[in-house]
Amino acid sequence: MKLKQLEGLLGGLTQFPNPKVELEQYPTGPHIASRMLYTAENSFDDITGKVVADFGCGCGTLAVGSALLEAEHVLGIDIDPQSLELAQENAADLELDIDLVWSDIKNLNLKVSQSIPQHLLLNRKQFSAGVHVDTVVMNPPFGTRRNGADMEFLSMGLKVASQAVYSLHKTSTREHIKKMALRGCNARSAEVLCELRYGLPQTYKFHKKKEVDIAVDLWRFVPKAQQ
Amino acid sequence: MRLLTHNMLASNVRGATTGYPLTLEATKWCTKEVELNADFIRGLLPKIDWRALVDATRALGLPELLPEEQPPEEEIFAEGAADVEGSAIRRIHHALLEVHVQEGSLVCPDTSRCFPINKGIPNMMLHEDEV
Ligand SMILES: C[S@@+](CC[C@H](N)C(=O)[O-])C[C@H]1O[C@@H](n2cnc3c(N)ncnc32)[C@H](O)[C@@H]1O
Repeated sequence: MKLKQLEGLLGGLTQFPNPKVELEQYPTGPHIASRMLYTAENSFDDITGKVVADFGCGCGTLAVGSALLEAEHVLGIDIDPQSLELAQENAADLELDIDLVWSDIKNLNLKVSQSIPQHLLLNRKQFSAGVHVDTVVMNPPFGTRRNGADMEFLSMGLKVASQAVYSLHKTSTREHIKKMALRGCNARSAEVLCELRYGLPQTYKFHKKKEVDIAVDLWRFVPKAQQ
Repeated sequence: MRLLTHNMLASNVRGATTGYPLTLEATKWCTKEVELNADFIRGLLPKIDWRALVDATRALGLPELLPEEQPPEEEIFAEGAADVEGSAIRRIHHALLEVHVQEGSLVCPDTSRCFPINKGIPNMMLHEDEV
């Protein structure tokens, strides 16, 4: 699929009709979302034929985009059930199948190999455990409403993914993110792929201007090899 | 929710030890065909908990779909197996990716806490006193 086509299809998705400010619900615009996924696939082979999880999927922009790029299995997770239903409709409108789970990211329990005792891992036939998710894509809350929300997402992403985590974070927090990823969350590498302008729409009544442009970084984190 | 998602999902309720595998109860489910990707299955299979997958298919009333023991990889990935109706790889593909549970529940094996599945979406939310 061509980039323009992907961007066009993502632009047609229904987005949060009544965004919940405390959950930082603003959609990833089609321009950013399409480039994020396109880079993940074309530069790193991280989407097509993979198991992709979208953390805080909202109305499903990144999940649907991953399915359009032919991820083999897409799992979207969000704390807000209304958004999940919209994500489901968005996928159905494009005749795509994505799986959705209603959960708080910080309480999510996806089977990860670290939680399984080493002696069980050696005998794979009896307890063939492993990390199912290849790639996590996310546009997490920036943590402006609830401190640390972005870090909860990042640390869970790095636990669950076996290949890579793609995420957006405010450019102003770049050094902090890098330090936290490498020291706190056990990333093998943390790289800013590009800087983008993120137009926060007037979803928030307290914003005076129609749209507030902020600088965000597109990150790629690689987890330490699991076991 | 497909059975691949079931295979990776665990309960995180207070008191759970592994919270895995969740016992599936399905009152409504359907199947949708998807193209088989043998390379994908090959990469995924070592990560699949076979027991949990077999139990999930039994819960759907499909006792014949998968055998108790995982067939050897030579058999699953034998030349041309993907084109043979009823072959192991086709069944595994079907179980993991073509079955959608729409209504039912997931029960934590350690605490019996029940997580409902509505319109295909499992509700894994915990109350404050369960965290
Ligand atoms: C910035 S929006 C991104 C939405 C969507 N991924 C997109 O790209 O359009 C952040 C999303 O995270 C969800 N969210 C916030 N806190 C969460 C939490 N603790 N657990 C799960 N989801 C959460 C919100 O409901 C919202 O949908």
